[in-house]
Amino acid sequence: MKKIEAIIRKSKFDDVKEALHQIEVNFFSYWDVTGVGNEKQGHVYRGITYSTTDIQRRFISIVISDDFQEKTVNAILESAYTGNIGDGKIFVSDISEAYRIRTKENGHTGIN
Amino acid sequence: METELFTANNIWMMLCTALVFFMHLGFSFLEIGLTRQKNTINILFKNVFIICTGLLLYYIGGFNLMYPGEFNGFLGFSGFGLAIPENGLTAEYANGGYTYWTDFLFQGMFAATAATIVSGAVAERIKLEAFMIFTLLYVGLAYPIVGSWQWGGGFLSTLGGTDGGFYDFAGSTLVHSVGGWAALIAIILLGPRIGKFGKDGKPKAILGHNIPLAAAGVLILWLGWFGFNGGSVLSGDPATTSLVLVTTSLAAAAGGISAFIASFILYKNYDLTMFLNGILGGLVGITAGADLMSPFEAISIGFLAGILIIIGVSLIDKLKLDDPVGAIAVHLICGIWGTLAVGIFGDLAGIQQFFYQLSGVAIVAAFCCLSSFVILIILKKIIGIRVSKTEEIEGLDQHEHGMDAYPDFRMNQH
Repeated sequence: MKKIEAIIRKSKFDDVKEALHQIEVNFFSYWDVTGVGNEKQGHVYRGITYSTTDIQRRFISIVISDDFQEKTVNAILESAYTGNIGDGKIFVSDISEAYRIRTKENGHTGIN
Repeated sequence: METELFTANNIWMMLCTALVFFMHLGFSFLEIGLTRQKNTINILFKNVFIICTGLLLYYIGGFNLMYPGEFNGFLGFSGFGLAIPENGLTAEYANGGYTYWTDFLFQGMFAATAATIVSGAVAERIKLEAFMIFTLLYVGLAYPIVGSWQWGGGFLSTLGGTDGGFYDFAGSTLVHSVGGWAALIAIILLGPRIGKFGKDGKPKAILGHNIPLAAAGVLILWLGWFGFNGGSVLSGDPATTSLVLVTTSLAAAAGGISAFIASFILYKNYDLTMFLNGILGGLVGITAGADLMSPFEAISIGFLAGILIIIGVSLIDKLKLDDPVGAIAVHLICGIWGTLAVGIFGDLAGIQQFFYQLSGVAIVAAFCCLSSFVILIILKKIIGIRVSKTEEIEGLDQHEHGMDAYPDFRMNQH
């Protein structure tokens, strides 16, 4: 099993969700995150210009079977892309066990 | 005078009293909105304290200090508490405009405003006890004494002998500048908030935490101003009250528009907070001469007031002072402008009147700066006027009040 974590633009979230549904990845968690990065956003408040490196993004966490890894990564790479700085990142890691609480199943049947 | 007319006048004045009361909510909202969430309880506490003590102090001595009847023109006092005159509830009392009770409450609602102006400028760093003592003395003594010089029939109103004198219809100077001067002295003595100026001395933006609330506050203030200026007619006189509401609103509108345009030209940004301050600048600007101006003159006064707001806010930053809500630009700078504008525009315009206006501004400035300086410097020596560094960073709400304005939203631990 693999865990795929992606940090994406909030504005691309609906596209990514749709793309994941297309390849039948129907279960995942997400939350909003703030991070720092290269992108600087210029602002003016009451005549004072300031820039902030605090960037708002959405974090998606998906656990899938090994054979889903490639198409899941590709789906996100395609759907979250704009070509501008700040499109985000994808991380893949191994998951050793997974359980479904209701049925106490584990392994592959535990995640889908 | 007919009873019906007296009744109608009095109802209008009581409605205006209620509108001026409502302005305190507007001030509170604006002040909360333009400051950080960690100080919200503290700001509300100060504002509620101001309304309550303002009214009580006005009952105890303020009213009779401000309207002492016959006096030497500088300082008079006709006794503690309220003592209703023989004709106090009849049409003879104030040319049929209102009763003695209405008189007291309407003027009492005004009194607290001066301290509210100070509250915004000193927000997020002043020690609560110091602010409360300052309010007691400034609202209890300084405000009614200055008021008596003009509205009580004192020496400012007769600067030119029988030819006329200083003119301040609803208080560009007597209310707004009185608060504004004290605010200026207070922020000089207090110093800027931690983080307002970087190591290089450049001003930094400290964002207000609730801009919708600030916007609501300004729109409430505009509504309240119908009572502030409309009630200053001191009767329901159809011609004057309706003119005053028109000039007040047009000046507010022009002030908002010119402030946002000026801010866009200078900073290439549609800054809502400057737009809001511009509306207030227009309102303060028209207050001294709201009954004297034509609609176009009102627009001109408001338009210039809006530009003064933009210049004023950045001037305060350049002087290394810190005024989180723009109180100095709105109430002091536009208060002075509005007062002088009576000598430039409208029915009284003229060199002689301009001189009266200038003298009034200078005399009130001297008295207010001196009295607020004395009060604050003594407080500074005895109990201190500024909270500790830890308290300022962690928030006055936690340290002074042990409360959180939004316990369910603790995202921002500045």
